[in-house]
Amino acid sequence: MPLLRRRKPSTASDDKDKNEEPESKDVVEDSQQKPHESSKTHKRAGSGSQKVRWSCVDSCCWFIGCVCATWWFLLFLYNAMPASFPQYVTEAITGPLPDPPGVKLRKEGLMAKHPVVFVPGIVTGGLELWEGKHCADGLFRKRLWGGTFGEVYKRPLCWVEHMSLDNETGLDPSGIRVRPVSGLVAADYFAPGYFVWAVLIANLAHIGYEEKNMYMAAYDWRLSFQNTEVRDQTLSRIKSNIELMVATNGGRKAVIVPHSMGVLYFLHFMKWVEAPAPMGGGGGPDWCAKHIKAVMNIGGPFLGVPKAVAGLFSAEAKDVAVARALAPGFLDNDIFRLQTLEHVMRMTRTWDSTMSMVPKGGDTIWGAFDWAPEKGYTFRGKKQKGNETRAANGKDGDKTKYVNYGRVISFGKEVAEAPSSEIQKLDFRGAVKGQSIANNTCRDVWTEYHDMGIGGIKAIAEYKVYTADSVIDLLNFVAPKMMARGAAHFSYGIADDLDDPKYSHYKYWSNPLETKLPDAPEMEIFSLYGVGILTERAYVYKVNQSPDSCIPFQIDTSAHEEEEESCLKAGVYHVDGDETVPVLSAGFMCAKAWRGKTRFNPSGIKTHIREYDHSPPANLLEGRGTQSGAHVDIMGNFALIEDIMRVAAGGSGSDLGGDQVHSDIFRWSERIDLEL
Amino acid sequence: MPIFTRNCIFGANNMLMPPVLRFRKLHFFSPSKEPSVSPEGSQITPDEDNTVPAPKHPLPSCAGKSKNPKERTPKRRRPREWRCIDTCCWAIGYFCTAWWLLLFIYHSLPVPAMLQPPESPGTRLRRDGVTAVHPVVLVPGIVTGGLELWEGRPCSEGLFRKRLWGGWFTEILRRPLCWLEHLSLDGETGLDPPGIRVRAVPGLVAADYFAPGYFVWAVLIENLAKIGYEGKNLHMAAYDWRLSFHNTEIRDQSFSRLKSKIELMYITNGYKKVVVVPHSMGSIYFLHFLKWVEAPPPDGGGGGPTWSADHIKAVVNIGATFLGVPKAVSNLFSAEGRDIAYARALAPGLLDSEILKLQTLEHVMRVSRSWDSIVSLLPKGGEAIWGDLDSSPEEGQACSFSTKKSPKLSETDLNSRNNSVKSVSRVKEPTKYGRIIAFGKRASELPSSQIPSLNIDEISRSSRTSDANSSCGEIWTEYNEMSRESMVKVAENTAYTATTVLDLLRFVAPKMMRRAEAHFSHGIADDLDDPKYRHYKYWSNPLETKLPDAPDIEMYCLYGVGIPTERSYIYKLSSTSSSGQCKSSIPFRIDSSVDGETKDSCLKGGVHFVDGDESVPAISAAFMCAKGWRGKTRFNPSGMETYVREYKHKPPGSLWEGRGMESGAHVDIMGNFGLIEDVLMIAGGASGREIGGDRVYSDVMKLSERINVRL
Repeated sequence: MPLLRRRKPSTASDDKDKNEEPESKDVVEDSQQKPHESSKTHKRAGSGSQKVRWSCVDSCCWFIGCVCATWWFLLFLYNAMPASFPQYVTEAITGPLPDPPGVKLRKEGLMAKHPVVFVPGIVTGGLELWEGKHCADGLFRKRLWGGTFGEVYKRPLCWVEHMSLDNETGLDPSGIRVRPVSGLVAADYFAPGYFVWAVLIANLAHIGYEEKNMYMAAYDWRLSFQNTEVRDQTLSRIKSNIELMVATNGGRKAVIVPHSMGVLYFLHFMKWVEAPAPMGGGGGPDWCAKHIKAVMNIGGPFLGVPKAVAGLFSAEAKDVAVARALAPGFLDNDIFRLQTLEHVMRMTRTWDSTMSMVPKGGDTIWGAFDWAPEKGYTFRGKKQKGNETRAANGKDGDKTKYVNYGRVISFGKEVAEAPSSEIQKLDFRGAVKGQSIANNTCRDVWTEYHDMGIGGIKAIAEYKVYTADSVIDLLNFVAPKMMARGAAHFSYGIADDLDDPKYSHYKYWSNPLETKLPDAPEMEIFSLYGVGILTERAYVYKVNQSPDSCIPFQIDTSAHEEEEESCLKAGVYHVDGDETVPVLSAGFMCAKAWRGKTRFNPSGIKTHIREYDHSPPANLLEGRGTQSGAHVDIMGNFALIEDIMRVAAGGSGSDLGGDQVHSDIFRWSERIDLEL
Repeated sequence: MPIFTRNCIFGANNMLMPPVLRFRKLHFFSPSKEPSVSPEGSQITPDEDNTVPAPKHPLPSCAGKSKNPKERTPKRRRPREWRCIDTCCWAIGYFCTAWWLLLFIYHSLPVPAMLQPPESPGTRLRRDGVTAVHPVVLVPGIVTGGLELWEGRPCSEGLFRKRLWGGWFTEILRRPLCWLEHLSLDGETGLDPPGIRVRAVPGLVAADYFAPGYFVWAVLIENLAKIGYEGKNLHMAAYDWRLSFHNTEIRDQSFSRLKSKIELMYITNGYKKVVVVPHSMGSIYFLHFLKWVEAPPPDGGGGGPTWSADHIKAVVNIGATFLGVPKAVSNLFSAEGRDIAYARALAPGLLDSEILKLQTLEHVMRVSRSWDSIVSLLPKGGEAIWGDLDSSPEEGQACSFSTKKSPKLSETDLNSRNNSVKSVSRVKEPTKYGRIIAFGKRASELPSSQIPSLNIDEISRSSRTSDANSSCGEIWTEYNEMSRESMVKVAENTAYTATTVLDLLRFVAPKMMRRAEAHFSHGIADDLDDPKYRHYKYWSNPLETKLPDAPDIEMYCLYGVGIPTERSYIYKLSSTSSSGQCKSSIPFRIDSSVDGETKDSCLKGGVHFVDGDESVPAISAAFMCAKGWRGKTRFNPSGMETYVREYKHKPPGSLWEGRGMESGAHVDIMGNFGLIEDVLMIAGGASGREIGGDRVYSDVMKLSERINVRL
């Protein structure tokens, strides 16, 4: 029952105690006076007034009764309402809606052909409890992550404890088993009413898909990719399921649809499945060629996301903790004794998977002090959509000062803008970590910042500017244990020689710049992503002076530029993207590094780029919109769904119309100097 | 008092939504409040009926009032009227408040020790060091698995991927005809009707709870989890239980999936063989699977002759319907089975009411006759197993199986002592269980020589009867095509045994039986090596197949005993069908007026009972393990071990225990601690001998001895 209601009865009963005595007097008086009064004034009140005692308790009860009765009545009406009613209202207001792609394509005669596999991303998959500490009694097989998040409110510390992994191993802490929910329900809705895959599933069902030819490759997204196999044998299950679906669907190859981090996960899977056992799945070198028709990556962070850096550095990323977005007020209040962020940080730092999204490729990809591929980008407002305007803007950009996107983290706005020659840096790497001066309140929540001491913090701030390369050193410095754990599972470099035998280790498999694509020339790789939304790219930090906080660094939200076209907002430099993944990360591999026969793509797998320009929902009734380009909302984008369905029904990339580009991805990719 | 009645009805309507408890409280309350209100209510002038009184007491004044007595005077000026609507609101508010308060107290107080459930088997075994060893596959039975909608007619809008079967069953109330239409299968093919796709819910959620709070597998799953099971070594083999077994493979590839899943679990769990736990119909489903998986493609899975031996450690059948259940006969014959249609038990009033224009039973019959799987539950083995006109294995069985604690039957026990003389005489004339359907009590008791022999094939199904009036024609059951004369002939003083009952069904429902008998067979094989037995229709009949060549597999038969279980029926011709009213188009009815002479008689309400678990007679669940497969027989050529484990029914001692931890009822047994412990031990690596071998309470061994089947 909602809290609100429960509170009422208690106040009512309090009043009862207070009221009892005065009321009883009142009653006596009432019964004497009322008859006279009422006989004068109202006829009808006559008989009733004798037993009327409008005590406060009664009023409360009456009020509650009223509210409940109305509520139930509305609920009853709502339940009795025909299901098509909301749609009818929507159509009455906004005019007829376009047919959903499922209906449209069915009319065209498209039918289910290739089995479809979904690979959900980070955060969106549900996790449920299989074994827990005493405080989690009664939560067996209930969702800890996803759903209504009721437990976050009821027992927050217990929840944090169960969601955390072991600090040393990155696996389960002893006595706690939290496992991914399996099946399509794992990620169809993240929270009630907040769809992730549900719209796509519903549309696929229109052309004949069902459980037997759709499969949700749910995995525990907190673990590093190889650990999902070690602990849950998830990769083996995916392999077995794809083989089964291909066999039971008459040998038709599968279409894979990974989203967000699922893209990296599936990249890892493709290497794993062809690698020999025991490290790999032993599927043989032609497994992918035999079983996969196309990989349709949605919003893939191939080269990582700058957000992940901010998340690991100061727990301030917006996306990694969607929970924060759902309950922003909650996390900032006193319930955790002002240590919410620290708790979140401690929890997320036990999740190896967040490290898979640290920017990859270093300065070559993400730019150096004075240079970045996106140089000269200005955000085009929604009003000026035309290509010409954008081109003009690009030229005008020469006159205005550039944003130095390459500086992923800089301390202070001046530093972020100063020419590189003027920046004086002190190397932090050798800095001695002083004794901890952290005050007592921080002890409960152990983050690695405790071991750093003032000396270390100063050294970091004095280095001033970090590019993609040095950011990794920075993380190594501030969180050595976490990075050491992560370094066993992920790598962020660019391979010089892909044939080097060291690259057969699994830690390179999820980095597209250190692996070759499988030998499957008939396969197609799509990169589908939204554009037209400002996306975090670089941060302005400051040292946190507040004594309450245990995290010594904070995004400097005061760094702001007033101009509307500016890319600097609240301490964050933005570029084009889908709100989470910058265009460069989602598009570069398909736009350049894998295009044609390159060393990363030796068999010449065809690649296609499909961008979807963001247009926000016109009104509230549209919900999250059918033309959205945002990272998760794009899963409800009709154009994207149509593309996926056409491929699932047997189409190829050229049937869709090849590339569809709105951003400057090709120009930017050209600027990146990478040996192919 | 129009307002009052209107509001109370309106209130009651709303009450449908919240928990039943509240509903009952309010209902209870308002009549008692009514008299005090009515005098005033009646004086309300009609013109004021329309104006619902606004709350004349703003809440904020409450606090002030009690503190400052001076403020009373202005307060009293406001007219205070107890109207009916106020009373209702007050009552609702009062009870809600009390309810929440209690709920709050309930949640905040620790559970007192006496109410705390005893330690679960999982916790105890874990302490004893039992851990997850073998992967476990659960195979649900009929009815208990959830079904969800994937494609439907316009009337089912908004139900995409919502449960049609299982869960709240709200759609029955909201759109009953639409619901029935979507659950029916095609009358010709036994597959989906065009434009409708209803599929089994996958995963553990398919059958952990049948309805909210009504567990099926949930307790077992929770206990398995305690010793270390989780998604990777625990699998629910959900399938569409409406289809014939072979059709689940044709439509959904359910067998292929199960095979791939078992292989995967075997490999990923360190090459540990799988323990399979089928329940109810799941056990013959899995029997079918064992044959399918070793048969060569295209009709089989092509796993090779050693697949079972390689992958399976034990098959732990719970309440197995190996030889069928007599209930299935009555269900198909007159839609009167209790078990098959759980929905009826959940909403008994609904099905008998006029919502469906008095034809509820016909609707149920039409729907359930489109489900091939029910035919798999018809009694198998014919007269050899189920008895002929004169004798049956169970004859002479006393009917007081329940423990004396059972409140239901304590009275019968008393009577049995008093009427000891009579019961002796009863033993002399044993109940003729072999007559599964008898028309009239006389036919159920006559010696066989006096029963007219009837060749059912000779009765002509005269072409469409003219007297079928239009209201009957809306719901087509195959009875519409039968003439009255042939019905009378069918019913004339006759009795049908397990063998002839099939002829009877073929006669009354030829299309259904033709469709279903392509998938199921109910006989006993003379020669198991006959090549015809390679056909899939024999695979689910344990009397017509050999077990796989896997001497290491252990076969368990776990089932409850001590509950009266339907065994044979006394029917009558439904009298109303001949009248012009056409109240019922099902011409036969169980004659519920027939009762035994003594109170401990096995005959109650037209049904003869034997020992069993309420749905499956003990003989059906146990015979194969007790005799048919024991040792090296022709049905079990490799001589795999079999074990019979019975669980004596003990009803829950108090309401706190819910459905009981020692129940032996067909579904409730899944929460029986003894059974759970056995399953956990087996999954943890114990063999049948280690858990204690056979454990028998009933006289099933004796009964099996009496059955004369060549082994």
